[in-house]
Amino acid sequence: MSGRVRKVVFLLAAAVFAVAFALACTGLPHFGTAVHPYGSKAVAAAVRHRTANVISSVNFDQRALDTLGEESILFGSVLGAVVLLRRARDEDRAEPEPGRVLPSTVLLGAALLPVTVLVGGYVVAHGQLSPGGGFQGGVVLATGLHLAYVAADYRVLRRVRPLAAFAALDAVAAGAFTALGLAGLFAGAAYLQNVLPLGTFNQLSSAGLVPLLNAAVGVEVASGVIVLVAQFLDQAVEIESPETPRATGQGEDDR
Amino acid sequence: MSTSAVDFLVAVGLVLVGAAATCAALTRDPVRQSVLLSVLGVCLALLFLALQAPDVALSQLAVGSAVTPLLFLLTVRKVRRGPRAGPERDEGRGEGDER
Amino acid sequence: MTVLPFLAAAWIFLVGVYGMVTSRNLVHAVGCLAVAQSSTYVLLLGVGFRRGGTAPVFSDIPVGTPVVDPVVQALVLTDIVVGATVTALLLSLVIQIRKRTGTVDPEALSELKG
Repeated sequence: MSGRVRKVVFLLAAAVFAVAFALACTGLPHFGTAVHPYGSKAVAAAVRHRTANVISSVNFDQRALDTLGEESILFGSVLGAVVLLRRARDEDRAEPEPGRVLPSTVLLGAALLPVTVLVGGYVVAHGQLSPGGGFQGGVVLATGLHLAYVAADYRVLRRVRPLAAFAALDAVAAGAFTALGLAGLFAGAAYLQNVLPLGTFNQLSSAGLVPLLNAAVGVEVASGVIVLVAQFLDQAVEIESPETPRATGQGEDDR
Repeated sequence: MSTSAVDFLVAVGLVLVGAAATCAALTRDPVRQSVLLSVLGVCLALLFLALQAPDVALSQLAVGSAVTPLLFLLTVRKVRRGPRAGPERDEGRGEGDER
Repeated sequence: MTVLPFLAAAWIFLVGVYGMVTSRNLVHAVGCLAVAQSSTYVLLLGVGFRRGGTAPVFSDIPVGTPVVDPVVQALVLTDIVVGATVTALLLSLVIQIRKRTGTVDPEALSELKG
């Protein structure tokens, strides 16, 4: 398909989309409307389960089964990327040479590393109270760890990041989410139902199952992102690919 | 804050996001594009704040403005580096933008 | 003002798809996909907004205060993080394509000719 034909096809598709979208929007609630039936029900349910942050309650209590699906997608993507990016048999590993780093950068990175990791942990732990939770805090934790690379160099990062341990941690956390759901079954309720003691509203130990699921997701997201970035760094910094592209269909049996 | 002030903030955020998205999609060079994706991430986070969604803004700020552009830059570096002993001209440029 | 969020969402989606359609570099195409994806966030949060409402977090406001819709926020929140890992999966596919065929130009990939 030539570029011109492709643009014409795109314009036709865009026109169809624009009409369909405009029609669909007439059936949507208006921007800023005061009536949100699902929202009001979710707020009431969250308050009943003594969860101050309604979004955490929706994610880890009311829609916990959906979140199990979401984190399975996350786990599957990390797994797929790791499989695709492992070192092939015909690739060499070149030792990266440390570059010169400004002393002020080292100092700033070393000072910020513990602070960022602490903030990440705080965001995960207070997910049921204030904005935050496992998904956001996990990403903060993972990016914080890479300050070691920015401030020092790749070899220091490798030392503070035992990759095999994080890969295992990712799987354990994914399994922990699934296992925590069984608590509901043991208590004679539904899978992933919030049956733990609910605690006091707006205290750290409130909302029953929500903080535990938050922690599991936090660990999973953090270790998943760490493993992902590690694989990409490996490819970009260390692994030397062979000169001639391999023919398609062969070389699938790497390792 | 009055509702009209919030509406104004949301409108500004929407225009910013639209402009950043247009620039990011129409920039052909992947290195420039990943920087613009980072800008788009920050604009989206500001819009989400105006829309009273601090949770989402936090998530977008951490992912959209740091992790995703970093992955793009690393991919560009791997793809451009090409075969063994290839030109190393992207060295430093690869991650330098992100820090 | 009432139509602006919907217009913006449609525009972001279309401009992202346009970038993908005309892309000559697979890394760029994945970036455009990320742009198109962000239109869903704008649309969902635009639908869930409530004038005069605050964030649905009751740690420092009394219970019963009008808040914006928390359900769409929860949807967007998980999608942002999960979407990033899916983007990473696509990028690793691009790296594999580069290794096996030596190019990232979709026009030069005979397997992708349509």
